[in-house]
Amino acid sequence: MDKSPPHESSPESGPRALFEQSLDIISVGLEGFADELSSQQVQVTHLDWRPPAEGDPELADLLSKLGS
Amino acid sequence: MERIELANQKAVETMLAGDPVLVDVVTAGDVIPALTEAKLILHAGPPISWERMCGPMQGAVAGIAVFEGWATDLDDATKKAASGEFEFQPNHHHSAVGPMTGMTTRSQPVMVVLNRTSGNHAYCCINEGLGKVMRFGGNDASVLQRLAWLKDALAPLMSAAIKHSEGINLKNIVARGLTMGDEMHQRNVACSGLLLRELAPHMAAVSTDSKLLSEALRFMGSNDQFFLNVGMATGKAIMDPVRDIAHSTVVTAMSRNGTDFGIRVSGLGDQWFTAPVEMPEGLYFPGFSEADANPDMGDSTIVETIGLGGFAMGASPAVAGFVGAGAASDAAIFTKDMSEICCAENPEWSIPGMDYLGVPTGIDIRRVVDVGVAPTINTGIAHKKPGIGQVGAGVVRAPMRCFTDALRAFAVKEGVA
Repeated sequence: MDKSPPHESSPESGPRALFEQSLDIISVGLEGFADELSSQQVQVTHLDWRPPAEGDPELADLLSKLGS
Repeated sequence: MERIELANQKAVETMLAGDPVLVDVVTAGDVIPALTEAKLILHAGPPISWERMCGPMQGAVAGIAVFEGWATDLDDATKKAASGEFEFQPNHHHSAVGPMTGMTTRSQPVMVVLNRTSGNHAYCCINEGLGKVMRFGGNDASVLQRLAWLKDALAPLMSAAIKHSEGINLKNIVARGLTMGDEMHQRNVACSGLLLRELAPHMAAVSTDSKLLSEALRFMGSNDQFFLNVGMATGKAIMDPVRDIAHSTVVTAMSRNGTDFGIRVSGLGDQWFTAPVEMPEGLYFPGFSEADANPDMGDSTIVETIGLGGFAMGASPAVAGFVGAGAASDAAIFTKDMSEICCAENPEWSIPGMDYLGVPTGIDIRRVVDVGVAPTINTGIAHKKPGIGQVGAGVVRAPMRCFTDALRAFAVKEGVA
């Protein structure tokens, strides 16, 4: 049985391999990141997301308590 | 929280079950008793004192005081208003709404909309038409003469015709209007025509004065915004039964007085949450610019509260251009954005051009704050000086502070803050 940790890098699955194959990219947040990739002919799906309550921690806490 | 979800479900079900019907035109003092107990002037928006009123609002107050015989002329009316001789309260406190300045006083005629499901009534004055009118702060002799004609000539004829019709079903007119390019705030061309088509045979049946009948039909038929006031009373009749549902975060009213924007939230009763009103961004009629514009004003945001106006922009690509909101193809984006801050869609009020998407229904203050998107409002723009009238049309956002303040108050009431 292979006892190596499940996420340990190997030549076939390491970061280098990531950039040697075609990528499926989801860009979360700022649309500019997705636009930049698109301009370089990289396939990318933009996910329009922003932090709750525009990043206000007090309001985000209240929203969490109120089930939003 | 399950209790909030259940409360909001009840709020939306109450909205969707609303059955507004135009049943009469009556004298305001006969249905709003407070109007006869003092020299009371009802106005648009949340409560405001004379000193804080904007120019058009003060101009309209002076005009309506002369109309009621409480002052000899506009100067006299202004002095009396400043000395505290008149009392001011919001329309919303009396089952009423009014566009722009929103003047409602004892002898004015108001249209009556009955919500047949809940049994409540809502009131709104008759739309005066375009140009120099009281809702934009107009107050000269021509404005007061038109108000007198509405009171003495059109209102009795409309009342008799509506009774002869046994009531005009407004839910159906709005549904058809959405399929014909109206969003019911800045575009009411279709609904005004549909209402006239319903009323005209009854007006002809009850009229004994062919000259008056001709004048009345011409007045109604030449005013593309005639339905706006009917739609506003429709909104008020639908939303009032949604007030005071414990634990609900649904907005029951949005309104502006030209100085403050205010909202009310179902689970927080009749408390107003206010913030300085925003300036609309839009297009101006020839000869006018932003420098002439008055800040956002009127109770007409009750139509957005029920999912119309800016929320139904996708139904009305023509209005997107009129209010300077971008290309016709952008109209649907506004409606999609508003769907993100609402609890539900209205299956009976759908938008053909958006694959029959129902208009966004039930603004949830939690969603507004969560996604950081404030309600979009389509609005007319008044000149900041009284008496000049409408100078453009545009889009404005409700101030986010109204929603964050309401959320904090709601959290305290729910015991989580």
